[in-house]
Amino acid sequence: MTYRLFAGALYAGLAAGLVAAVLQFVFVIPLLVEGELFETGMRVHFQDGSVQSPAGSGGLEFDLVRHGLTVGMAIVSYTAFALLMSASMAIAARRGEVITPRRGAVWGLAGFAAIALSPAAGLPPELPGTIGAELVARQVWWVAAMLFSVAGIALIAFARGPHAWALALAGLGLLLLPHLYGAPMIDRYYGISPPELSALFATRSLAVTAVAWVVMGAVAAHFRADHRPAG
Amino acid sequence: MTAITSYKTTASVHGGTAARTETLGIAAAILAGLALLFVAGISQASVVHGAAHDQRHAISFPCH
Repeated sequence: MTYRLFAGALYAGLAAGLVAAVLQFVFVIPLLVEGELFETGMRVHFQDGSVQSPAGSGGLEFDLVRHGLTVGMAIVSYTAFALLMSASMAIAARRGEVITPRRGAVWGLAGFAAIALSPAAGLPPELPGTIGAELVARQVWWVAAMLFSVAGIALIAFARGPHAWALALAGLGLLLLPHLYGAPMIDRYYGISPPELSALFATRSLAVTAVAWVVMGAVAAHFRADHRPAG
Repeated sequence: MTAITSYKTTASVHGGTAARTETLGIAAAILAGLALLFVAGISQASVVHGAAHDQRHAISFPCH
């Protein structure tokens, strides 16, 4: 049982991490590298009074160590999430939930909403060079936002019985709470890179994360191997 | 009758052990997941931060 739990989580983390890494190298890392051109001052937004800034990534460069570590950390990150998801699936299965790969994909979407989308609504994905509030304050808010969002979505998804609607409402409240409290912000703008680049980076990194989470949920559910016909 | 009763008893004992093992497995998976998440997303040790930099940005963890 424990072996299956860990094996499933490792496969799910590996699959999601590799899918994320491939998509990141096509869609996200080039933007990140382009952002670094502005971060380091090699490129300047609105140079010499010009109303235009040159667009286009400087290319990935063949930095095997840097990019290899990025792939490795993608696998580590998604394995961490997959361990937590497989454990949650085991708890849900004990309470009578049937976990099929199809439902696993929905688990993945819900996990993406709780762990990535909701925190990002307060602290958007940051292009290098973005100046934010103090790091520790942001990390605390970020972890709290994840915890509140996971609890909120779990209440909405799993509330049963005559008071399920009240629990679901409480879940909505938990989802909103970190946002009503507000993420740590600074009182002025320091942006040095083009807003177009920052916006594309934020939406693309979230989109890639969503795909990886769906893959992770489906694979984790597949390896539970308890998908019998519903009922 | 007696045989069936004793079979049930044995089954429930085994069920209890399996459930306890599963609980331990779940707890171990959660702990391992949180530990990896700390390394991948939160630790500011410079080696870890350097290794994780691009991934933290790409996955929208607060990085620096």
